[in-house]
Amino acid sequence: MEYLNLAIKAIFVENILLAFFLGMCSFLACSKKVDTAIGLGFAVIFVLTITLPANWAIHHFLLREGALVWVNPKFATLDLSFLNFICFIATIASMVQLVEMILDKFFPALYHALGIFLPLITVNCAILGGSLFMVERNYGALESTVYGFSSGIGWLLAIAAMAAIRKKLRYSHLPDGLKGLGITMIMTGLMAMAFMCFSGINLDKKTTAQDPGPQVAAEALTDTGN
Amino acid sequence: MASAAKKLLMDPFSDNNPITIQVLGICSALAVTVKVDTAIVMTLALTAVVSLSNFVISLMRNVIPSGIRMIVEMAVIATLVIIADQLLRAFLFDISKQLSVFVGLIITNCIVMGRAEAFALQNPPKASLLDGLGNGLGYGIVLIAVASIREILGFGKWLGFQLPLGDNFMGNGLVLLAPGAFIILGLLIWGQRTLTKYVED
Repeated sequence: MEYLNLAIKAIFVENILLAFFLGMCSFLACSKKVDTAIGLGFAVIFVLTITLPANWAIHHFLLREGALVWVNPKFATLDLSFLNFICFIATIASMVQLVEMILDKFFPALYHALGIFLPLITVNCAILGGSLFMVERNYGALESTVYGFSSGIGWLLAIAAMAAIRKKLRYSHLPDGLKGLGITMIMTGLMAMAFMCFSGINLDKKTTAQDPGPQVAAEALTDTGN
Repeated sequence: MASAAKKLLMDPFSDNNPITIQVLGICSALAVTVKVDTAIVMTLALTAVVSLSNFVISLMRNVIPSGIRMIVEMAVIATLVIIADQLLRAFLFDISKQLSVFVGLIITNCIVMGRAEAFALQNPPKASLLDGLGNGLGYGIVLIAVASIREILGFGKWLGFQLPLGDNFMGNGLVLLAPGAFIILGLLIWGQRTLTKYVED
């Protein structure tokens, strides 16, 4: 159940694009046509779901403080987390390359559908941002997979909706300076405002329970004990 | 030469602004602009990274094989960002906490990559350094403008100082949230493009 809550939170309440502004560059550049927007959205879901667990493993077993104890007990105080950035971006770049090669060999139809978007994804900040949030929030292996997948879905929702709105906007008369980027930003703002309604959903079971039964109370106690 | 250098430095301030005209680096322009002090620190960090990465990549431009140039650029940029992040953590810990993941995201900030690809690979080091400096500061102008509007309307303060707005002033919560950032930047782009007469399409 907590994984479902995490997924709903990542898709709607804390949408990676509309609440954290990640992946804006490709969002603005590729939201002119609905087809390309959806193609890119699926590519983002795919890459996020693969790179988050991979980066989790790198952070957990190699880079965080005391992670290298399995090599030698003397490394207990070694903290390599300053290497996070360069390792994450290298993992993302190589994962994208790998995904590209696998798709080309085994799923040529999907490969041609995603086409030029796959290499572009390396520099999409939603991907690196997902990995950095995972470290900051101390997600576990399964949590980070769920978080990656659902952030991708949230991003797809936002870009598909934006592409549909921009298609309609093409026939409207706008002041010259507002055309293109200006109106897109304002529309995104309105969309973000609509998504804020979801923040009313309370996904934290400890505060929603009107009458916290003995089981919930005990859980709360053990949680704080950790 | 002097006028060419001046053009390199001044062009990105308005006529070729990285955010409002080139549409690069929007993510962090929205995320770090709740307060002016975080915007200034972010500007300094990005300006340092983009000018140094331009300089380094331009020095190496004749020896980088074109097939792997992206990876080389990434390595240079990521190294510079790690240095910037460590410096911020050492000397400005509170602000670096507020910036959270966005310092790391300078790596994927399109301005850095975009200027490396579009300018540093074809131009000598000195011009590339100026181009990086100009683009970093042009980005900073927009950042500080958005942050000023948000901090004044939201808190009634500027750079942490209380403004004399009277006792009846009520902070506007909307401008502090994500939608406010989008809408303020949208309006700013409209104003800036009307002044420079830039039309898309």
